Amino acid sequence: MERPLTRNIRLGKSPLHLKDYEKAGGYQGARKALQTMAPQEVTELVKNSNLRGRGGAGFPTGMKWSFVPMGEDAPRIKYVVANADEMEPGTFKDRFLLEGDPQQLIEGMIIAAYAVQASVAYIFLRWAYKRAAQLLTKAIAEAYQAGYLGQNILDSGFNLEMHLHTSAGRYMCGEETALLNALEARRANPRAKPPFPPVVGLWGKPTVVNNVETLCNIPHIVANGVEWYRGLSQSEDRGTKIYGISGRVKRPGVWELPMGTTIRELLQEHAGGMSDGFTFRGLLPGGASTDFLVEEHLDVNMDFGSVQKVGSRLGTGTMIILDDRTCPVGMVHNLERFFAQESCGWCTPCRDGLPWVARILQGLEQGEGEPGDLEILDRHTHLLGLGHTFCALAPGAIEPLQSALHYFREDFQRHIDDKCCPWS
Amino acid sequence: MLSQQERDEIEAEFPHYEKKRGVSVEAMKIIQRHRGWVSTQAIEEISEFLEMTPDELDGVATFYNLIFRKPVGKHVILVCDSVSCWIMGYEEVRSHLLSRLGIQFGQTTGDGRFTLLSVPCLGACDQAPAMMVNDKLYGNLDPAKIDEILEAHA
Amino acid sequence: MATIYLDGTPYEVEDGQNLLQACLSLGFNIPYFCWHPALHSVGACRQCAVKRFKNEEDQKGEIVMACMTPAVDNTRISINDTEARQFRASIIEWLMTNHPHDCPVCDEGGECHLQDMTVMSGHGFRQFRFAKRTFRNQYLGPFINHEMNRCIQCYRCLRFYHNYAGGRDFNVFGCHHHVYFGRHREGVLENEFSGNLVEICPTGVFTDKTVKQHYTRKWDLQTAPSVCVHCSLGCNIIAGERYGRLRRIRNRYNHEVNGYFLCDRGRYGYEFVNSDRRLRQPMVKAKGTFKPVSKERALEHLATLLNAGNSPVGIGSPRASLEANFALRALVGPERFYLGFSDLDFQLVRAALKILQQGPARSPSLREIGSADAVLVLGEDLTNTAPLMALALHQLVYGNAARAAAELQIPVWNDAAIREIAQDQKAPLVIAAPTATKLDHVAKTTYRASPDEVARLGFAVARCLSHEPVVVEGMAEEEVSLAQEIAQLLRQAKRPVVISGTGCGSEAVIQAAANVAWSLAASNPAAGLSLVVPECNSLGLALLGGQSLEAACQVVQAGGVDSMIVLENDLYRRSKSAAVDDLLSKIEYLVVIDHLASGTTAKAQVVLPAATFAEAAGTLVSNEGRAQRFFQVFVPEGEVQASWRWLRDISRTAGSGDREPWENLDQLVSALAEALPVFQGIQKAAPPAAFRLMGEKIARQSHRFTGRTAMLANITVHEPKPEDDPDSPLAFSMEGYQGLVPPSLITRFWASGWNSVQAVNKFQSEVGGPLRGGDPGSRLIEPEKTEKFSSFDGILPTMKIGSDEWLIVPVHHIFGSEELSTVSAAIAERSPKPYVALNPEDAASLELDEGEKVELALDDGVFQFPSRFVSGLPHKVAGLPVGLPGATTFKLPAVGKVKGAADRAEG
Ligand SMILES: Cc1cc2nc3c(=O)[nH]c(=O)nc-3n(C[C@H](O)[C@H](O)[C@H](O)COP(=O)(O)O)c2cc1C
Ligand code: SF4
Ligand code: FES
Repeated sequence: MERPLTRNIRLGKSPLHLKDYEKAGGYQGARKALQTMAPQEVTELVKNSNLRGRGGAGFPTGMKWSFVPMGEDAPRIKYVVANADEMEPGTFKDRFLLEGDPQQLIEGMIIAAYAVQASVAYIFLRWAYKRAAQLLTKAIAEAYQAGYLGQNILDSGFNLEMHLHTSAGRYMCGEETALLNALEARRANPRAKPPFPPVVGLWGKPTVVNNVETLCNIPHIVANGVEWYRGLSQSEDRGTKIYGISGRVKRPGVWELPMGTTIRELLQEHAGGMSDGFTFRGLLPGGASTDFLVEEHLDVNMDFGSVQKVGSRLGTGTMIILDDRTCPVGMVHNLERFFAQESCGWCTPCRDGLPWVARILQGLEQGEGEPGDLEILDRHTHLLGLGHTFCALAPGAIEPLQSALHYFREDFQRHIDDKCCPWS
Repeated sequence: MLSQQERDEIEAEFPHYEKKRGVSVEAMKIIQRHRGWVSTQAIEEISEFLEMTPDELDGVATFYNLIFRKPVGKHVILVCDSVSCWIMGYEEVRSHLLSRLGIQFGQTTGDGRFTLLSVPCLGACDQAPAMMVNDKLYGNLDPAKIDEILEAHA
Repeated sequence: MATIYLDGTPYEVEDGQNLLQACLSLGFNIPYFCWHPALHSVGACRQCAVKRFKNEEDQKGEIVMACMTPAVDNTRISINDTEARQFRASIIEWLMTNHPHDCPVCDEGGECHLQDMTVMSGHGFRQFRFAKRTFRNQYLGPFINHEMNRCIQCYRCLRFYHNYAGGRDFNVFGCHHHVYFGRHREGVLENEFSGNLVEICPTGVFTDKTVKQHYTRKWDLQTAPSVCVHCSLGCNIIAGERYGRLRRIRNRYNHEVNGYFLCDRGRYGYEFVNSDRRLRQPMVKAKGTFKPVSKERALEHLATLLNAGNSPVGIGSPRASLEANFALRALVGPERFYLGFSDLDFQLVRAALKILQQGPARSPSLREIGSADAVLVLGEDLTNTAPLMALALHQLVYGNAARAAAELQIPVWNDAAIREIAQDQKAPLVIAAPTATKLDHVAKTTYRASPDEVARLGFAVARCLSHEPVVVEGMAEEEVSLAQEIAQLLRQAKRPVVISGTGCGSEAVIQAAANVAWSLAASNPAAGLSLVVPECNSLGLALLGGQSLEAACQVVQAGGVDSMIVLENDLYRRSKSAAVDDLLSKIEYLVVIDHLASGTTAKAQVVLPAATFAEAAGTLVSNEGRAQRFFQVFVPEGEVQASWRWLRDISRTAGSGDREPWENLDQLVSALAEALPVFQGIQKAAPPAAFRLMGEKIARQSHRFTGRTAMLANITVHEPKPEDDPDSPLAFSMEGYQGLVPPSLITRFWASGWNSVQAVNKFQSEVGGPLRGGDPGSRLIEPEKTEKFSSFDGILPTMKIGSDEWLIVPVHHIFGSEELSTVSAAIAERSPKPYVALNPEDAASLELDEGEKVELALDDGVFQFPSRFVSGLPHKVAGLPVGLPGATTFKLPAVGKVKGAADRAEG
């Protein structure tokens, strides 16, 4: 089984230096793109590969790039941004790639920038990834030194500057338009769409924002071609995926596997099954803002379409496991409190709705639940749906709530009836 | 007054951003690195240097949770309170820290040694429960490990 | 046009709108908060949700925000859809979770947009049972009260203050449900338009602090349409009274003039009406002291005086109505009528008027100025001399970006996107003025130089435009290329505007502006020329015609005149004290009609108490040449009456019998229009007093006006009959027509379900557009439509400045330079003390620290003032603030000597 994204990563070891990265086949993709392909050809190739964004929404990457104005009349300055904010609770896959193989990301960004003819690239890194920050700083310097960044890269006439920006906190910064505001050192409220960033982005210029994992796919697609890429998985969504698991399992961690690997395989084979003394009750398949799945879904393939079919989302592909000794209401309370706290404060439903939800859940946990509370929670799951709020934070936030109310309703009811949390 | 070094460090960031004010978050982080936190006076100093108003800068500063607008202790403990850590024993970590330090979240110990803050997910869910002290990450916490860490920072 | 379907019914709407605008314009009610017609859409509050359907078959539909959805052809939406209705109610429910529900003690109560929207949304039953978050409030200066707990986080205040008005000392702080709108530290809000927060905020976070001192609910105010008297722009206001005190000023929407906004001088300057300095009783001087007398007694006394002496001369006033000035002119005769301008203003305002009349460039309205695509300002510091014009110019950036956005299919109402595109773009605006202005930071180019140099630049631009050689003697190369650059900018524009005025005291500057505008107009009929003049009726007074104050002095000096009537004018603000003293010492009978005691009234033999703008009706002519009627708000206590009534009464008593038979304003207006045909138009400024709707007068009081029968109960239990108003179709009563009235007669914005100022939607032909029935005002000056014009030759009467001399230029202050507003405590608090402005380099060469005294030697004498450092002043140019209360009147610009004062603090 091929694991292109993680092939250079050895657990507990420092990442490859640029020289070794090159020896391992690194920068072949960039070389090919910059020296033999026209920018539009690169975009076309990525389009054909069916690569879908790994940041959570699964938007086709090539299509996103094709929205960037090209040609003579296009703005002189354009940007590419790697979204390395990764603040979705339960998600740590990008950290693995950043710490494990920073050159791979840089190469992906160079190709992306070439495809859309951007002249400046940023890595927007979350504050907590201190080690990644060090490694990236070093890697960028190496890439400059080797001539992969700067002027006239690989004699192609293409120029690219790259900067690392570390954030100052706030989950909201991961949302791509809020990220742009954060990068401009403004309050990270999201922006209205349209216009979309590929047309009006950072400082008003065309900007492509892609997730770290998405960008790490690019060098391999370019180097090995679409056929090879498609062959990596049986799923319609193609390629490999970095999956992860946390919670009460024997071996929490991340693994690169063909897109569409089943939940059961991930849980049993890769995470080693539930920890001793804990029984599986459910899981969030792709980070905190996805709907719960339960026992009956264990054989679902982890790809965009299959997970959606059973009422959840692939999201980031990093799963959080709920066990029988953990209170589902407490877990949902933890999640909703997080989302309420991380709302940017711009739109009403999210700013004022989520704190109410969180407060009710806190009340349930503290034995202060009242009849009618579940109806208010139900109501919020409808009211905070997609399109009702300004961005996708709140709609994401109520996904675990709505599914928990569905799958674990008796547990909620017991909190009210018993006037206490049965798990405490 | 910004020190010469602070100025130099901020100026070094200028070429990375299209606009001068684009440096402001970096600038506040630089000041925070030097002074531990960003005081109201610091806000005024930085904003003047960046040709912003203090109101403009403070609006940004107060949005982000890791710009400290209040003084902090010598060591800042950031405890992850998000879902994976919560499942894996956050409550125990929390009560141990609170009783060991004798303070609540958001407070600094009397000797000015530790400030205790909770933060959302540290991206260390595979090592939950986790916390960060200053810039270093500690995973798979239990009371004994916490004691060890606190001692190391004594 | 586009066809949209609302709950199944097709409607035609204008292209390019969003659904919220379109639906409101059609008369439907959709609640909203973050949207505002002047601030456009950002989609933050989510209050304006409606259901949109893909097509006729679609039954499910999706929730969209009306304000963020284009009203394109074939859009199908439902306002009444159950899900949409429930969602809108939920928005209120959320906003209310933290709201203090303190309506009974909230100043906004009864005119609160949040109250209206709450009722409209249908939310009524509170389910949130947890604690509310609370905030601390801030001191924000004398204008605005802050009560953050009432905030519903619509972000409108920030968007107005920061984006629209360019204020940078206000922001939003914090995150999630802890967002705080205020200042980084407590302190005075600096922006000149901060008062608009009171109307922009949909609830009671920002309220009018001056009103707090004599608070009245909106429904208990007696209100009338009025016109601001604090500068020459003629912003439309609604003035409100209760218990004989003027309580507040609010914006009165006029699409062509001030739109939704006012400046703080206009909003807070009103307290002079309630001032202790008010004259309320006629007074006659006997043995050097004034004695209050009855009206009859005063008139008798006057009759004897006037009949005994020779005929008086009359001094008019640029802050009095046309009618008052005309009445004086009629009383004394046109040949003895003198305009009450200072000599310099006389010269400048007359020049401005002549230029506007001659054409070909037309004077644009404020709205037209705000939608210009290139503007040249010569010599004016607009923020301080014509504030709302500055606010209009601040929007040029947006207009520019909106044009670029249109190419990306982004509609003009997508506020955030357009500001994203605008970035730090500068406006197509060039400002050439002696001092830095607050608009400089949005201007593409600024040029700071003496008035003569500014004029020279203007002449050069005009020559460029007329394809004449640019060379003006003494011009540096950079100035020549600057002139070419400006000419290029203006030539390429579709709607260029040139702005100048009397602000820097130079006729050459005004002439230069005329030359530029005229050269443009030769090829572009849309080119506009706007000239700012000093006071609310300066242009009207000039139109009336008459001689200068200087001429009056000469006549008096020559002997043969021993009596004088001064109308609403403090001559000490027009001329040097010594000159006025000298003039008045030669007048045996001085009659002063005014509303405030002043240096001039102190010298009078007879003082007659005049009505202020709030106590009488009349007409003012704005700098645009727009005649606008203001109406009496209330009947004042004492023997106060309109100046024209005093003049008429004098004329009657003084024996000339029925020479002036005007019984009411309409008769006076007709007489004026007949005597001076330029004023024909003022008859159309408002309907006559006989106007009725459904047979009724229009009520000044709302139908909810309370306590009328009890108001005077401590004096009499009989409810007196409301006073008659012979001058207007308005009634001092709640009886009368309460519905939609002609625009010039709008006494308040109210519609069923819309108690807040947002009710203005219902008075507009389309939301944000003209008022139904046309915007008030009647333009008196339309230039001759000729392509031939004779431009000024541009030979500058350059001021000769010796090498040891300085040029002293006037500096205007929005708070301080205008006479009446500074009588109001809040404005006085913001006014500076006299000072001399120097640039820091010049100050250094004088070895001066800031605040140290400067000695100024002028023709008028030697003066000492503290120094103030103002960077950007040209070398060896000093600034002196004009018009500060109690300060000496200077004729500026002037040449003089500047040095450190001998007695300045040592060490
Ligand atoms: C509240 C919120 C948080 C997000 N956080 C992240 C994040 O941390 N990292 C990320 O890559 N995408 C995040 N996204 C998704 C981004 O908006 C965006 O879709 C993504 O960066 C696009 O990259 P992709 O197309 O390569 O997936 C977030 C979205 C939302 C609404
Ligand atoms: S859903 Fe609304 S308040 Fe929440 S983060 Fe998005 S824009 Fe901000
Ligand atoms: S008015 Fe439409 S979202 Fe606020």
